Amino acid sequence: MATKTQEGTKTVQAKEPATARNIALPIYLDYQATTPTDPRVVEAMLPYFTTKFGNPHSRNHSFGWEAEEGVETARAQIAALVGANDKEIIFTSGATESNNLAIKGVGRFYKDRRNEIVTVVTEHKCVLDACRHLEEEGFKVTYLAVKQNGLVDLDHLRQAVTDKTALVSVMAVNNEIGVVQPLKEIAAIAHEKGAFFHTDAAQAAGKIPLDVEDMHIDLMSISAHKMYGPKGIGALYVRRKPRVRLHALIHGGGQERGMRSGTLPVPLIVGFGRAAEIAKNEMAKDNERIRRLSDRLFNGINKQLKDVVLNGDREARFPGNLNLSFSYVEGESLMMGIRDIAVSSGSACTSASLEPSYVLRALGVEEEMAHTSIRFGIGRMTTEAEIDYAIETIVKHVKKLREMSPLWEMVQEGIDLKSIQWSDH
Amino acid sequence: MAYGEKLIDHYENPRNIGAMDKHATDVGTGLVGAPACGDVMKLQIKVSAEGIIEDAKFKTFGCGSAIASSSLVTEWVKGKTLDEAESIKNTQIAQHLALPPVKIHCSVLAEDAIKAAIADYRKKSGKPGAAHVNAEPAKVAAE
Amino acid sequence: MDSRWTYLDYNATTPVRPEVLARVAEVMTVGGNPSSVHRFGRLAHAFIDRARESVAELAGADMEQVVFTSGATEANALALRSLARHAAPGGRAWGASRVLISAIEHDSVVGSAHALDLPVETVPVTADGVIDLAALEQMLGAGGTAVLALQLANNETGVIQPVATAAELVHAAGGVLHCDAVQAAGRIPIDFPAVSADTLVLSSHKMGGPAGAGALLARELSLLSPMLIGGGQERGLRAGTENAAAISGFGLAADLAAADLSKASDISILRDDLESRLKVMAAGVRVFGTGSARLPNTSCFALGGLDNETQVIALDLAGVAVSAGAACSSGKVAASRVLRAMGVPESLARAAIRVSIGWATTRADIDRFCAAWSEFVTRQMARATGTARFAAAAH
Repeated sequence: MATKTQEGTKTVQAKEPATARNIALPIYLDYQATTPTDPRVVEAMLPYFTTKFGNPHSRNHSFGWEAEEGVETARAQIAALVGANDKEIIFTSGATESNNLAIKGVGRFYKDRRNEIVTVVTEHKCVLDACRHLEEEGFKVTYLAVKQNGLVDLDHLRQAVTDKTALVSVMAVNNEIGVVQPLKEIAAIAHEKGAFFHTDAAQAAGKIPLDVEDMHIDLMSISAHKMYGPKGIGALYVRRKPRVRLHALIHGGGQERGMRSGTLPVPLIVGFGRAAEIAKNEMAKDNERIRRLSDRLFNGINKQLKDVVLNGDREARFPGNLNLSFSYVEGESLMMGIRDIAVSSGSACTSASLEPSYVLRALGVEEEMAHTSIRFGIGRMTTEAEIDYAIETIVKHVKKLREMSPLWEMVQEGIDLKSIQWSDH
Repeated sequence: MAYGEKLIDHYENPRNIGAMDKHATDVGTGLVGAPACGDVMKLQIKVSAEGIIEDAKFKTFGCGSAIASSSLVTEWVKGKTLDEAESIKNTQIAQHLALPPVKIHCSVLAEDAIKAAIADYRKKSGKPGAAHVNAEPAKVAAE
Repeated sequence: MDSRWTYLDYNATTPVRPEVLARVAEVMTVGGNPSSVHRFGRLAHAFIDRARESVAELAGADMEQVVFTSGATEANALALRSLARHAAPGGRAWGASRVLISAIEHDSVVGSAHALDLPVETVPVTADGVIDLAALEQMLGAGGTAVLALQLANNETGVIQPVATAAELVHAAGGVLHCDAVQAAGRIPIDFPAVSADTLVLSSHKMGGPAGAGALLARELSLLSPMLIGGGQERGLRAGTENAAAISGFGLAADLAAADLSKASDISILRDDLESRLKVMAAGVRVFGTGSARLPNTSCFALGGLDNETQVIALDLAGVAVSAGAACSSGKVAASRVLRAMGVPESLARAAIRVSIGWATTRADIDRFCAAWSEFVTRQMARATGTARFAAAAH
């Protein structure tokens, strides 16, 4: 069984072991769930485990100073990535905590004057859950629908924001479909009514250019492990001018200007800083590669298969995220077939459930199409050979599964699936 | 989650994939499930004059467990009488394939598919069976 | 560790054990997101499961009782909020009406307690640094449903607290007990059921593990309600992508610490040796908490007339790192509130420093400390000879 690669220059045997083509299996194409730690990041972290291991709050000996210096360098590196001032970066245990802190913290602080929150139905679960929690505390939360391309409708947003709105929270890049929201425009709408603007930039920071000044962002959640840094560390950017105030979630030693207590995990922070520095320096180069690989994957699949749909806006997207619906093929069975390729059929947190993705449903994707979706995440370590192997494997399995699909059969016979009265199940 | 060996085998080497002429009087077709739920199974049986299932074919849109469940039942029903085939329980399928709890519904669907195919055959051949049919077969309105 | 330095500040943080570092680096490079169903995710998840067993075993708990967090501060906050606000022993609806904390709790416990919107009352300690059980009993008698926060061992003096006895009193009064066991874990054996705490907190970076991981142990998980939500990790009790590398390192550190518990006497021999040499160097030195059971690794002492910050800086210049108190509160140099609660006069409390040792400490480190401290004291004495200031040192 021979298939032609898209350039048609070489013919490879599908059964040929991947190692013969210098690919290590399994292939990792799940960069939205987490990214591998960049070896340069690990290298930067190691001394802070062994020789520079002091507690950064021990101000009276050099172990503490060294650690503190490591932390402050990292803070500056992260601030530089997003155009912030060092003092505006608060370290947290990750983006989930940052999102919880931003939403609950700001909400609770301004509750007496402003008790409304505006967010979007396609936000990450932790943003939605934090908002629901505030509803229980008496807030009014508006969950805006999105357009079919996954983007926020700015007119709807303008109608939803009132002078009682404390916070507008809209993510920068969606984790499931990769669409990029118009942050600057959203910020302007929030500010017209005096509300603060928070963006969950877990999938965006280090991937697309972000500038808190230019975009007028008041709070921004950042995650290290989505930008080739370590897990367990994140940051919340909190604007100082005009000052954004919030109630802390975790109290105690008063670290991080009282907004987040706890001993700072120095090696993680140093790794986070290094990851931010690398991301800033290499973003243009990385993105050019990622876009090329993403196009190669998309075109390679589409050349050989029909009825493959890209979910989310075609233009306003981070190219490292390709969410594709393979019509008439159920996503989980496809994932099982392409076991050598690590992908996701939804966001990692919810992938154990059988529900079709709420993000795809919000785009108006039919449930049956939502069941056929796979998210491919491409990143810094992805190679052309891996993409080619992925194309070949996916095409082979989609064809096989379509041959076994009663839906595919019916459509080939000209039956409109909508005309069938399906049994309840 | 990690899957069992038998399940993987049926998924990778599914038995009896295919289609039979659904208009033939000796063929019964069962179509169960719904695309919106993520599972659709089409199971067909060919029944001899003696009432023995001579052949079975399936096509399934669904997860690996759904594919394996339908593949397994096509093997099981062959050579059985309609009544014997009708007595196959979803628990037997689930047990044989070691389905994880979240996948039990796949075995239920496979059981429904057999019952629907048998019911269709009985309706067409005019030989109503004694057994009560629980399954609600999908109606193909386009035909 | 860098041999040019002598690190004697293990209660602030410990150097990561080499085996642990290798594990952390391994997990960091091989693992995916632990929630992903593919093999990268399952691999990361397996590391976490193994760590859960190790951490549970170190504390004599079941792995089902362990919830991983970003560290002890978060775990303390999660525990106190949960115990104060939520359901309860026996599952009945329950809410605390008051919070009692011992006078020597860590800042993270104090901070979390004050964030609860409930009256916070402080339970005094004795001159030996142990919670005053008679006072506790009396306070409990005043009525209301109480949450008591009582640490297992103090970070500054190392004094071990009678948590099981306090728990008995609290439970008899219908309340619950939270135990911050950060300093005790890996240094003395802990048996969670015997401690009788409803919740208990452990920290990775105080036992040779990496910073960035902590654990909350709960008698029953139904006692807990999440603070970080959205994602469903840790059985819905702590959302956020698990820090698989740090958690795995924590687990291995727990295994190694458990194995080292049998060598606790080696540690206490070094500590006791240090204390007897202090007495020889300066007869007036006062070691705090010696009337109580203490952790084997901690020594907190003062020589009247010396200033703690000057001592710490002078020792640092001599290549020896010690502490003037809890790391979290330094920066603002105040007299230790732990020592003040024990009735130590402010002037003496301002002279106190803490030496805390651990798995990599050798006799040479103790020698080096003694030499540096002796030199410092001699210099100060010479400078101050005959002044009234140092007359006080002999009291």
